[in-house]
Amino acid sequence: MPLGDASLEDVFESNYDVLIEATPTTLKSAEPAFSHIKMALETDRHVVLANKGPVAERFEELQSIADGSKGTLRFEATVGGAIPVLSTIEDINPKTVTSVKGILNGTSNFILTRMAAKNLSYSHVLSEAQELGVAEADPIFDVGGIDTALKCVIISNVLSGGGFRLSDAEVEGIQHISNHALNLADKSGLTIRLVGEATREGVNVAPMLVPKTEDLAVEGTQNIVQIATEHGGILSLAGPGAGGDPTASAIFLDLQRLIV
Amino acid sequence: MGNKLRNSPRAYIVRLELADRPGELLRVLEPISSSGGNLLSIFHERGDITPRGKIPVEIDLECSPDQFESILSTYSDLDIHVTQSGEELYEGELIVLLIGDAISNNLSSVIASIDASGSVAVIESSVNRSIESPTEASSILRLAIKEGDQKQAIDSVRSIVSGYGLHFMTTTDNGVSQ
Repeated sequence: MPLGDASLEDVFESNYDVLIEATPTTLKSAEPAFSHIKMALETDRHVVLANKGPVAERFEELQSIADGSKGTLRFEATVGGAIPVLSTIEDINPKTVTSVKGILNGTSNFILTRMAAKNLSYSHVLSEAQELGVAEADPIFDVGGIDTALKCVIISNVLSGGGFRLSDAEVEGIQHISNHALNLADKSGLTIRLVGEATREGVNVAPMLVPKTEDLAVEGTQNIVQIATEHGGILSLAGPGAGGDPTASAIFLDLQRLIV
Repeated sequence: MGNKLRNSPRAYIVRLELADRPGELLRVLEPISSSGGNLLSIFHERGDITPRGKIPVEIDLECSPDQFESILSTYSDLDIHVTQSGEELYEGELIVLLIGDAISNNLSSVIASIDASGSVAVIESSVNRSIESPTEASSILRLAIKEGDQKQAIDSVRSIVSGYGLHFMTTTDNGVSQ
């Protein structure tokens, strides 16, 4: 809900250096966020983006608007919350990154972790998660793998300079994972995680078997990202992937980089 | 593949030619079970008769080198014609987890279809049933890749099990990132 009664246009008339665009994620046209970014960049302002829609669905358009602007577009907060995923890829040079793999959705990871630890059914843990506020009333965005896919599409776009949107991703969620399957995996030293993979070829999101001793088997709402590089091996970064403070810390990381 | 103990079990392949008469196949399998070997799969092509009127059979098994020697010498005692034998050079191993109703009512048929694909052999399987609803179950299969690379094997198994309405997943180390 807008605070105050000034129109949106007045905001863009005001004196500012950076637009922080943090409206809720919308798909396809990615509006109204896309128009907000466009207005700021076309008047040579910087934009720090926390909304996944525009960089997942209209990356090339944004890139060409940013290319014609004195302003810079940054979007660290769109992937992995407080984990500096995109800054790390930027620092080591996207050209030398071969693929990125990770656990990028805290809600589905919370559900899988608790199902395995307490031998509880999917529907039971989902309703717990909803009560705790870890899952939304309509959980499909998280448990259906869409949120993970959007983040991976953004990474694939960064690696290849665009060309991907959500409809290009192969996505499978965790709704059919049962506690007997988690039990069985456990006996073989494995667990199940919703894994997202981003490469220059595309995006794949699906539940996968992960050895319990591996870094990738993070617990609860933790996220992890593994960046495979041509010369530096695999870099693992873990941390809180969602929430107000982690998102704000990612926004401040972008602001700091604009100052430098 | 890591180092193997000298006499640890490994995968072998035996190609035989059998006479077209009842009981022949059983005669060939008996030495495998009596030596303690583990039968992985059998291809018995009745339609593909050799010029000498025999039926070619391919057997995949797992046993120690000593057990394998004893199986071959039994075949020679029994006058069973072995055309080819040796340690099978598997390309690698694959672990898959399957979830769905076909596990409780049709697992043997699922495994037979996977074996018949020729690209992988099922080495081991375990099953877990749901306590709440007994028709629901899951299974972990350990597979040996016989032909092609890991990606081809994954695609082949995925398409077979999806025909049974099963959900399929595999381990992350088969992925793109090294």
